[in-house]
Amino acid sequence: MDAFVRLNGLVAPLDRANVDTDAIIPKQFLKSIKRSGFGPNLFDEWRYLDVGQPGQDSTNRPRNPDFVLNQPRYQGAQILLARKNFGCGSSREHAPWALLDFGFRAVIAESFADIFFNNCFKNGILPITLPAAEIDALFAAVSGTPGFRLLIDLERQVIERPDGVSLPFAIDDYRKERLLNGWDDIGLTLRHADIIREFEERRRREQPWLFCG
Amino acid sequence: MSHNSPQTLYDKLWQSHVVLEQDDGSALIYIDRHLIHEVTSPQAFEGLKLAKRQPWRISSVVATADHNTPTNHWERGIEDPVSRLQVETLDANIHEFGALAYYPFKDSRQGIVHVVGPENGATLPGMTVVCGDSHTSTHGAFACMAHGIGTSEVEHVLATQCLVQKKSKTMLVRVEGQLRRGVSAKDIALAVIGNIGTAGGTGYAIEFAGSAIRALSIEGRMTLCNMAIEAGARMGFVAVDQTTIDYLKGRPFAPKGDDWERAVASWRQLTSDEGARFDQVVELRAEAIDPLVTWGTSPEMVVSIKGRVPDPASFADPVKREGAERALAYMGLAPNQSVESIAIDKVFIGSCTNSRIEDLRAAASVLKGRHVAANVKLALAVPGSGLVKRQAEAEGLDKVFIAAGFEWREPGCSMCLAMNADRLEPGERCASTSNRNFEGRQGAGGRTHLVSPQMAAAAAIAGRFADVREIVCKEPV
Repeated sequence: MDAFVRLNGLVAPLDRANVDTDAIIPKQFLKSIKRSGFGPNLFDEWRYLDVGQPGQDSTNRPRNPDFVLNQPRYQGAQILLARKNFGCGSSREHAPWALLDFGFRAVIAESFADIFFNNCFKNGILPITLPAAEIDALFAAVSGTPGFRLLIDLERQVIERPDGVSLPFAIDDYRKERLLNGWDDIGLTLRHADIIREFEERRRREQPWLFCG
Repeated sequence: MSHNSPQTLYDKLWQSHVVLEQDDGSALIYIDRHLIHEVTSPQAFEGLKLAKRQPWRISSVVATADHNTPTNHWERGIEDPVSRLQVETLDANIHEFGALAYYPFKDSRQGIVHVVGPENGATLPGMTVVCGDSHTSTHGAFACMAHGIGTSEVEHVLATQCLVQKKSKTMLVRVEGQLRRGVSAKDIALAVIGNIGTAGGTGYAIEFAGSAIRALSIEGRMTLCNMAIEAGARMGFVAVDQTTIDYLKGRPFAPKGDDWERAVASWRQLTSDEGARFDQVVELRAEAIDPLVTWGTSPEMVVSIKGRVPDPASFADPVKREGAERALAYMGLAPNQSVESIAIDKVFIGSCTNSRIEDLRAAASVLKGRHVAANVKLALAVPGSGLVKRQAEAEGLDKVFIAAGFEWREPGCSMCLAMNADRLEPGERCASTSNRNFEGRQGAGGRTHLVSPQMAAAAAIAGRFADVREIVCKEPV
């Protein structure tokens, strides 16, 4: 996983609440057994006018000109601005894989669904929760300012707007540390293998029925 | 925490699984049961192999193929080559690494992972149960700490038997009173989501309690806990009582002999202590719950069968108003239209929410002696597992469904998410017992209305949404 330290990126707005992971990456693309290549199908049903199929080359598919990510001003965006309950629904990690493959490294929203939020951190994507008033102000700023960018500094836990306003954000220490360093969770956990084994053996003695088979 | 302070069930489940509290505020939580299906596991097994790691305790794994499997013409195999490769990849991974149990495509016990686990006794009270599937909350019906995880965490559990977690806040949803006839666990679930919203449970573990919950069968509790994720909660669960214990006795992976007695004694502790404090409490009266129908593209967009589609102008919050406008446009509905005037094209009875024997019995009791309306193009009954299917057939339910004009299919996730051939065409409207009415969920452009099995059966007969109480109350059931 790539570390996340600082990001100065173009912002794209997705102005709707309850964006679910079915919308982020529709089910037919979940048939892939790979982790990569989902970017062309990010928001597939909103982005294209036809129905996409797995394995299809999306280069020449008809685009929906009304969908925000198809607008020229948002090409190359790395920060997605969203509303409440972003990433709700299915646990599919294909959703952050698709966002990452498309080029997003951060999502800023009023709130996130739990599993999606968690999945982001496993892939070097920083999900940031901000109060509704700050989100409203960012939506207004993005639509009113072509080329609107934000600087996200994870170490200092702050987003810097181009007008000099700083927006502090909260993050769990353990998530921050792992993201800053790009650490492999499994490697970290396995440092405690002896403690896990000890716990497991005690559990097996006390409740053997949990270990049947 | 002092030994005397009353604990919630969640406190007890959490505490009993903490392997290690880490300095950074996280905890390592031990995982007892790891359920696996074909969609969210291939990349996890691949990661394990690339890192040259071995599974920590492969006997914690119960696996099945459910999302991609067809529900008819099994003799033809899986015709979609992309789906077939995914299912064969699961076959190969289980063949290489093993499992406590594997129910592959066409196995007599194959089915939806959240139906298969409990009916085989692989889900036991007090367990942590995880799966790369958001509806893992289903297993909370057995007083489990059960939740969905992403594929990276599937790999993490395979490699370490643990997850890195932070404790959730607790919410008590108490439903007192008696459900009225024609109202089911599905309606409680939709009522709760309508009440607290799809993000209302975010950051919480929900305990469902109260006399109406205790009166539910295990199947009903699974339906309710299944949809806790639709309220945004990490998990939902119900305390152990005699209903839990009676359900488990004699199941293949349930303890036997002395172990059974010891297990039951420990399971009886899996309740919230008197006076335990919750971070939030929500109270509902069972009598106040009508049969419900969703009208929009989020499960919180729900209304009584006797109600009307709301007017977006009635929402004060501009984001909600725009959401309602977009939903009505997508759903092809008009503001203030009565729910009973909405005609349907297809009916789907199935999914990890409502495909258990009790669900099929409830639908069949409405369908018996009646027929699907002429405007309904397709009515599907998809049992949750091979065991459910055979039980239903032993009771003659298949004949009721078929006589009513339903297709009686093989088990699988089917039209809940339409990864196989069962799907809606653009613009088609479906009365569905599944759990998500998102845009495109049941097929690109498809329009989903979530209902209970009884209400899906009533809609099938009427060709539009109809109050099941008015159908079944005309005569003794």
